[in-house]
Amino acid sequence: MSLSLFFTEEHEMLRRSVREFAEKELAPHAEEWDETGFPDWVFTRLGELGYLGLHYPEEYGGGGGDYFTNIVLAEELSRCGSGSVNMAVAVQVGMATPPVLAFGTEEQKQKYLVPAIKGEKIACLGITEPNAGSDVASLTTFAEKVPGGWKVNGNKIFITNGVRAHFMTLVARTEKTKGYKGMSLFLVDTDTPGFVVSRKLDKVGMKASDTAEIFFEDMVIPDDALLGDEGRGFYNIMWELQGERLIGSAAAIGGARLCLEQLLEYTKEREQFGKPLCRNQAIAHRIADLATKIEAAEALNYICAWKYDNGEYPVKEISMAKLFAAQVSCEVADEAMQFMGGYGYMMEYPAQRAWRDSRLMRIGGGTDEIMREIIATTMGLYAKG
Amino acid sequence: MNMVVCVKRVPDTSESEVHIDGSGKGIDTSRLSFGINECDNYAVEEAIQKKEALGGNVTVISLGDKQSDEVIRMALAKGGDDAIRLEDEAFAGSDAVAVAKALAAAVKDVEWDIVFTGALTDDDGYAAVPVALGEILGVPFATYVKKLEVMDDGKKVKVGRELEGGLMEMVEMTTPCVLGIQTGINEPRYASFKGIKQAARKEITIKSASDLGLDASDCGEAGSWAALEQFTPPVVGEMAEILEGEPDETAGKLAGILKEKGLV
Ligand SMILES: Cc1cc2nc3c(=O)[nH]c(=O)nc-3n(C[C@H](O)[C@H](O)[C@H](O)COP(=O)(O)OP(=O)(O)OC[C@H]3O[C@@H](n4cnc5c(N)ncnc54)[C@H](O)[C@@H]3O)c2cc1C
Repeated sequence: MSLSLFFTEEHEMLRRSVREFAEKELAPHAEEWDETGFPDWVFTRLGELGYLGLHYPEEYGGGGGDYFTNIVLAEELSRCGSGSVNMAVAVQVGMATPPVLAFGTEEQKQKYLVPAIKGEKIACLGITEPNAGSDVASLTTFAEKVPGGWKVNGNKIFITNGVRAHFMTLVARTEKTKGYKGMSLFLVDTDTPGFVVSRKLDKVGMKASDTAEIFFEDMVIPDDALLGDEGRGFYNIMWELQGERLIGSAAAIGGARLCLEQLLEYTKEREQFGKPLCRNQAIAHRIADLATKIEAAEALNYICAWKYDNGEYPVKEISMAKLFAAQVSCEVADEAMQFMGGYGYMMEYPAQRAWRDSRLMRIGGGTDEIMREIIATTMGLYAKG
Repeated sequence: MNMVVCVKRVPDTSESEVHIDGSGKGIDTSRLSFGINECDNYAVEEAIQKKEALGGNVTVISLGDKQSDEVIRMALAKGGDDAIRLEDEAFAGSDAVAVAKALAAAVKDVEWDIVFTGALTDDDGYAAVPVALGEILGVPFATYVKKLEVMDDGKKVKVGRELEGGLMEMVEMTTPCVLGIQTGINEPRYASFKGIKQAARKEITIKSASDLGLDASDCGEAGSWAALEQFTPPVVGEMAEILEGEPDETAGKLAGILKEKGLV
């Protein structure tokens, strides 16, 4: 067994189990689910196996594992060939629920975290609004204090799991200020009157995952829906986005590995001009490049995850890891399509799904440009004087 | 009811090219991935399901080097209780009979009602270990087991053996017994993270030939009935006849040949 710097035998066993599960139980449906959306049982099964709470404390039904368990999960879920499943699970375990553990009351943890770990409750995260995407600080959904609770009005868009979720971790403004201050987090049951899923959005890729547009129309939520301190919402959500980015990168890298494997297989078998495609140096060298980039993306991601797991907060490097992994996954998928020629472009082969799914990586969880912006800022490039 | 399940780590050759190594007596495994033998995975599941239904203990045994720990631990993660690994240079070159001698010696120290093995292995494919093991232990045995029902408080089992053409032969036998499990008897589970964490903490007892009380004459080539001389790639048959032409033409020719040889 090859144990690396970062992985123990436990991680490797988890890796084999998740891979086997993804390949046997999920992969056969990847094509069908692009049409129908993936079914809820995927959450329940993953929950039963303990894969939705790997790094959460055992007292809440979690596995008590380290941060790398989530990296392993994201890498290996990619083996199912559908980016959607991985994205939905990443939202569940890496985005919507970490603030519940970090900032929630005991009641909130029992009500939301415990069933989310079991896969009995599906979670979504509501940050993005039609007029506030990269510029999170400009969001305007407003929670007005009313006796006994809050009355919420506003609009969220591109919300993963939003159509089927049981609860939303919501970012809303609680003060009529502008900018980073005056935002708060809430835990909202999606069956609350006034929580309206107005549309299930149709997308280029990640088609097996549901993406919602949501309106809050005089939605009244109780006092204890507030998650963490009032007014700290922006900081609290930004804190957790760092970890989520590493999980997103791991998913991107896992997807790229699968794609590269399929490309290798194809170029070994497909013959033109009397020899397999891979024996053309032009193709072989490109494949060598892709393999190198995947390896580099993975190494950077592991180092960031290791730092993050050890209590460091390397924002710049995490942004680099996310930027690079997203780009590599798109590049691999694009080149795979190229070297599979017309077959790569056909819907009946999986290359097109990787090509469509991977494209999201450069947009979701912070765009390439925003990653560069963070890197440049932390490098001090914009400092005056 | 107490059970032993024997597992083997084997190379996955289903999707790879297989090359004979320099010795001529093995295959080059450097590029192959390894995992639990497929039938053994079903044997593990069957043992664990019976334990969950009836109580008892499941001991996992594997003959192999340190790398076999990975398949042992996975069986523990799925619900196995204890583990023994048999490792000794003396075991090198063992055929099915010599392997069965080592396994038989190992189960002597364990309380058991059923020993499960896979029906056959993906690498050697002799399908002889469960038979040899049953003989050496002097207990009833059945192979290609695709159905298992425990009766009379574990004193008896009813076993369905998969025969050619989808036939199922039903036999009853008393315990203790040895069962060679066929794929498809159940649906092997995936290890939960909880199970994985517990398995990582469990101890695997290592036993050498002398720990098992085996003489050199029982082990390896000396203890074997069959000796492997050499692997050769199948010769591309001179008997092969390639039919040429359009599909309807070739289909007609093929039907003619099959009829002529009395094969249909
Ligand atoms: C499939 C999918 C799932 C999603 N899931 C969720 C979810 O579950 N929850 C959620 O809250 N959000 C979700 N999102 C939203 C996602 O986080 C945003 O789409 C993303 O942050 C970009 O915001 P935007 O779409 O408004 O683009 P914009 O912010 O309008 O950006 C448009 C373009 O301008 C560039 N740009 C913007 N600002 C700058 C700048 N300062 N300098 C240089 N370039 C800039 C961007 O990089 C981009 O190229 C999802 C999106 C998609 C597509």
